[in-house]
Amino acid sequence: MADVPKTKFSRRGFLKGAGVTAATTVIESANALARETKDALHHDRSVGPDALPVKLFVNGHEHSVMIEPRYTLADTLRDNLGLTGTKVVCDRGSCSACTVWIDKTPSLACMTLAIDAVGREITTIEGLSHGDTMHPVQAAFVKHDAMQCGFCTPGMVMSCAALLERTPNPNLDDVKHAVSGNLCRCGTYPKVFAATLDVAQQRLQAAGLVTLVAGREA
Amino acid sequence: MALDSLMHTEEDEQTPPAAAKPDVPTRTENFVWGIPQNGLQQKEREVLLDEPPPLPANAELTYIGKPTERYDGPAKAMGKGKYTADVNLPGMLYARMVDATTPHGRIISIDTSAAEKLPGVRAVHVIEHVYGVAELRDPKLEIPSRYPVVRYFGQPVAGVAAISQQIADDAAKLVKVQYDTMPFVVDRSDARADDAPVVFPGPADAAGSAGGGGGPKGVPQKGNIHGPQRKETGDTEKGFAEADVIVDGEYFTQVQTHSALETHGFVVDWKPEEVTVYASTQGTSSVRNEFAGVFKLPQSKVRVITEYMGGGFGAKFGAGNEGVVAANLSRKANAPVKLMLDRRQEHIVCNRPDSHQKLKIGAKRDGTLTAIELTSYGTAGVGTGAGTAGPATNMYKCPNILTDEYDVFINAGPGAAFRAPGHPQGCFAFEQSIDDLAVKLDMDPLALREKIDENPARKVERQVILERTNWRNRKPAGSDTGPIKRGMGIAQSVWYRFVSMNSSCEVRVSRDGSVELMSAVQDLGTGTKTMLAVIVAEEFGVPPSSVVIRIGDTRFPIGPDSGGSVTAGSITPAARNAAYQVKQKLFAAVAPQLGTTADNLTLKNGRVVFKNDASKSYTLKQVTAKLPTDEISARATRVAEYSKERITYGGVDYVELAVDTETGRVHIEKVFGAHDCGRPINPMGVISQINGGILQGISYALFEQRIMDRNAGYMLNANLENYKILGAREVPQIDIVLVENYIAQSSTDAAGIGESAGIITLAAAIGNAFYNATGVRMRRIPMTPANVLTALGKVQEVQA
Repeated sequence: MADVPKTKFSRRGFLKGAGVTAATTVIESANALARETKDALHHDRSVGPDALPVKLFVNGHEHSVMIEPRYTLADTLRDNLGLTGTKVVCDRGSCSACTVWIDKTPSLACMTLAIDAVGREITTIEGLSHGDTMHPVQAAFVKHDAMQCGFCTPGMVMSCAALLERTPNPNLDDVKHAVSGNLCRCGTYPKVFAATLDVAQQRLQAAGLVTLVAGREA
Repeated sequence: MALDSLMHTEEDEQTPPAAAKPDVPTRTENFVWGIPQNGLQQKEREVLLDEPPPLPANAELTYIGKPTERYDGPAKAMGKGKYTADVNLPGMLYARMVDATTPHGRIISIDTSAAEKLPGVRAVHVIEHVYGVAELRDPKLEIPSRYPVVRYFGQPVAGVAAISQQIADDAAKLVKVQYDTMPFVVDRSDARADDAPVVFPGPADAAGSAGGGGGPKGVPQKGNIHGPQRKETGDTEKGFAEADVIVDGEYFTQVQTHSALETHGFVVDWKPEEVTVYASTQGTSSVRNEFAGVFKLPQSKVRVITEYMGGGFGAKFGAGNEGVVAANLSRKANAPVKLMLDRRQEHIVCNRPDSHQKLKIGAKRDGTLTAIELTSYGTAGVGTGAGTAGPATNMYKCPNILTDEYDVFINAGPGAAFRAPGHPQGCFAFEQSIDDLAVKLDMDPLALREKIDENPARKVERQVILERTNWRNRKPAGSDTGPIKRGMGIAQSVWYRFVSMNSSCEVRVSRDGSVELMSAVQDLGTGTKTMLAVIVAEEFGVPPSSVVIRIGDTRFPIGPDSGGSVTAGSITPAARNAAYQVKQKLFAAVAPQLGTTADNLTLKNGRVVFKNDASKSYTLKQVTAKLPTDEISARATRVAEYSKERITYGGVDYVELAVDTETGRVHIEKVFGAHDCGRPINPMGVISQINGGILQGISYALFEQRIMDRNAGYMLNANLENYKILGAREVPQIDIVLVENYIAQSSTDAAGIGESAGIITLAAAIGNAFYNATGVRMRRIPMTPANVLTALGKVQEVQA
């Protein structure tokens, strides 16, 4: 599970603000939004229990919502923003079905309060594809039939896509580790492994880095 | 056991084969028959005149039998599929179920005033009747009350609807229920004692669902012990007297919960003109019929929609308590209401019953079985349906079989149909006993099965296992000398060909050449949509992705409830027949304009071709453009099986494992499965389902277990961190071979794979491999470190 710093001056936030990392315009606008909303939140030291206006930066867009401070990010995405691709299965951090990215790090939306996600760059399963064009991991999931009922699939895809962001050439154990928190009751795991390793192979081949290693797939 | 009733019903529903009715005109056709590995043969059948011509074997077809990407794969991968939990209607309210906080008691009062006063709450409903549990044969044995007696912790009591889920959750906690508590029992063996608290004050029976479950009615009941249901063929006393070798043993299996990722739930929009129900269900028709029954509505005024469905595994049929509550709340609030169970409730409302089985098998020196005796006790909580006799009575030839199945009532949530009801339990005991028999006879376990198993598909499957696995290098039991011991084992499964005649499809062709299929049948994640697209695609010679599939809506022609692996075998013939018939209509409509006759036209690779002159051909679009109306359609309903032969399916699963005899950990290293399901329509989807069955089977064998608190009477691990299901780390290498088995029974010969996909065999195969590794027989699952170390004699038995 990702650590979600709750203070304004997290190390990560400081680095970004100082321009040490290669900040994109997306992150800059997210930071601007963060300052604005966090100022509002910090002006009154305590918030709630009543609803308050909050701005969330989701899939590259700013959304204004009225939520109670107790709302989880998962419920807010699903019920207030209509982004129902993020699934709630256990609602207590034991199944990873609600995995989204917060500042590119896979995080459990059911264990994150929406107000703690203010100013962060949130990516949901809906933000991974562009129109009808699937993210390579999504396309590989379809090609390998890495789904049955599909209820764990968005969380699985978010975990696997994040793995490939940080580990471009994973082995089977890396993939198992990346989805070790993602529960699937239909038993799609073998094909999830195969799909993810396939994307890595395709990317490396496209980059001319390696030739296909036989027997690499799960 | 309930499977019998399912089989019975299906048979009753069926009209006799066409040939049996002399007044119905038929024709004779030759169908491909048998298993390719044995050489395919021809089988003559009498079929109705409007049946399509027989399909050749898969090798000669374009789309059927070829791996096809999931029809709704992109929608699922992109998070666009709308499940019941995702339905958000304008003005919709959110509901929460209130459930009982005592395992046994009478409700004295329910105070909902605080909940009603909470701002944002729009409706409260108190339950008057609990569905899905056993009911007293004589209701007068209980004092009449406006509230049902609480018989398990978590039994639904009321529901509240509010403008947000959070407020509904708050309101649910404000409902105050006063109980007059009663003694309770939550352990199967405790419940069998003469002085045990009784769950029901008299005999009680539970009905099954379309997926099985439920138990025999009218059997004797003493205290909490409901049964036996006795089945007897031959004379086992004589059979054991004739035996050269007898094995007997006791086996114990645990309660398993379904744990579908989408919990049970409904969105109900009650309007005077029509009630619209979005349901996470395995049977849109079963939901419609139960809603109509409970609320005394005509079925025509209930519409049920299941577009995407997040897993069921047998637990999701009918209206359920949550559906009835959601409907009442919607009616009271005059707004749509969404009621999804929470994860704790999901663990409580359904389960696979546990078992305590005593099994005795007699055999001749050459392996021939002479007698089988099984006595099983199992608890389905406040339900019935814990019988385990399926494998013992249906797998092998044996002249003398006696089975006694008992249900034991306890104060826990009701059992429900769960992927091959009774069979994983039964197989765990039976296939380990057959292994035991092989040890006593000094026979190879595969060779013993070769001797006693007449099923031709399993014969081929055993051969596949022999050739493709490490079986020939199997060492004698307990050969490894170090602390880590490796072994291999196999087990076989049996399942039955059930067919539902409630299976209809409409196929529509429009002037622009587009083709669509409609049926009320639902897709649980098994790939029903894809399978239907493949069938229509084959008939029209167009890619499956170009066919539009609209299913999961009772406005369309009726579909079968998906239980007992019934769907593929029931709906695909209706789909093919509708596609074939609309094609004939198309030919008849356009033939005059093409200057030929309808019977001279055929569809190949998306083109309409003259049979007598292949040089004359048109695209489908060119032909449909000539239609006299903007669209044509045909509707077909499942016709009876071509013959009354009794057909079973099965599989043989092979397991390689390592047992750490110091820590008690069992590590599954390899699984090889060989399975048959008639004619596979989409092998990619079939293999996905077998993967799932195997992994669920490993999960059942090693990890899963409902733990009840004996003193407080509730489930301690009703969540996904303490109720452990298999995760990515525990996935072994899996290899699967599909055995095609042509049976000449319908226009597609398809059959489901859900039940026989590995869930039945794995616990037994792991048990047999465990024996091969250690020389010790595991008679209890789950094979947790505690149970393994106990079996190995390394620790004293601990009571769960």
